[in-house]
Amino acid sequence: MTKLVGVKENLLFDYACRLGDDSLILGQRLSEWCGHAPMLEVDLSLANVGLDLIGQATHFLALAGEAEGKGRDADALAFRRDVLDFRNCLLVEQPNGDFAQTIARQFLFSNWQELLFRELGTSTNLAIAAIAQKAVKEVAYHARLANEWMVRLGDGTAESHARLASGLDWMWRFSDELFEVDAAIEPLIASGVACDIRKLRPEWDGIVARVLRDATLDLPKPRRATVGGRSGHHSEHLGHLLTEMQFLQRAYPDAKW
Amino acid sequence: MVVAARTASSFKDRVLEILSYVPDPEIPCVSVVDLGIVRDVRDDAVIITPTYTGCPATLAIEADIRAVLDKAGLSALKIETVLTPPWSTDWISAEGREKLRAYGIAPPLRTAPQCPRCGSAHTEELSRFGSTPCKSLHRCLDCREPFDRFKCH
Repeated sequence: MTKLVGVKENLLFDYACRLGDDSLILGQRLSEWCGHAPMLEVDLSLANVGLDLIGQATHFLALAGEAEGKGRDADALAFRRDVLDFRNCLLVEQPNGDFAQTIARQFLFSNWQELLFRELGTSTNLAIAAIAQKAVKEVAYHARLANEWMVRLGDGTAESHARLASGLDWMWRFSDELFEVDAAIEPLIASGVACDIRKLRPEWDGIVARVLRDATLDLPKPRRATVGGRSGHHSEHLGHLLTEMQFLQRAYPDAKW
Repeated sequence: MVVAARTASSFKDRVLEILSYVPDPEIPCVSVVDLGIVRDVRDDAVIITPTYTGCPATLAIEADIRAVLDKAGLSALKIETVLTPPWSTDWISAEGREKLRAYGIAPPLRTAPQCPRCGSAHTEELSRFGSTPCKSLHRCLDCREPFDRFKCH
């Protein structure tokens, strides 16, 4: 269906999986808050952000299935792959922790994803461009929500400030991976399918610095980046997440209702 | 040619008329046509677009449209989903906006929301997300009634 622009199909499959898996895994993580959030407003917010992300994942993984050409649809890719085949970044699979840690993760991710989708809106792959153009409006909302909560918690009580600083400190080590470019992406950048995410780092750094300033938080100390998600080397947390997310399709293959 | 064109147009009108009775599953006061979910009707297909990427009603909407088309003897008409240009609340018809207001949901306005009960623009936001992805929760500071607002998107 989707016309490829001078790239091998397996590269497009891999790239679409990266985009889709980021959204899928974070969407699943956020859904864990449903019914448990500290207040109704937050419960609704996190559930709705999770829904948007799972919607993105459905589109990207459907595209991946088409690019692969082996008849796998979005559900097959979401529910029938094992942990080594997931291509999401490590940030999204990190446990929710407390509400502050969840917000720190969302803050780093949504501001990154908004810039990414803004650029992918002009991808030479029309399917990627269409998904990005649609989703970027929603992601802008996610980023605004996360940024506001960063300030509310950081500039809140001593307790909320300490918890947010601690959550941010944990999540920060996974931020370098967001801007990683490897051999699987280089040809896609050259053909205009993928965007060169490295070029967006200064803008993202600026947003992060501005929000942290408003939140009276210090920028976490630089530390050695933890990477590997894009090549399937995940933390132990992803396996546990998948056992829950994939339980039904594993226990009752092809179940439909 | 002229006759063919008129026939095509009346076919489209007929299909749109049929679809104007398909309610949105989450906000049944408005139809899928009012909301701008039905984007076009061709001779061989109905073109629809999702409102929000993750709207859980998307599959239900497609199934509802399918059922109504089949009942009208239009089983040959396919349903095609397109993402571009992205759906926006600007596509909600004037009639749809009035139906929302009458139902108690403030229609999307670029300006401050107006209370759907007393019309006051003196309101506050209670929650940025409401009972569905497309709505936020507000309260009127004059009549004190809480209300849903269809977010500008």
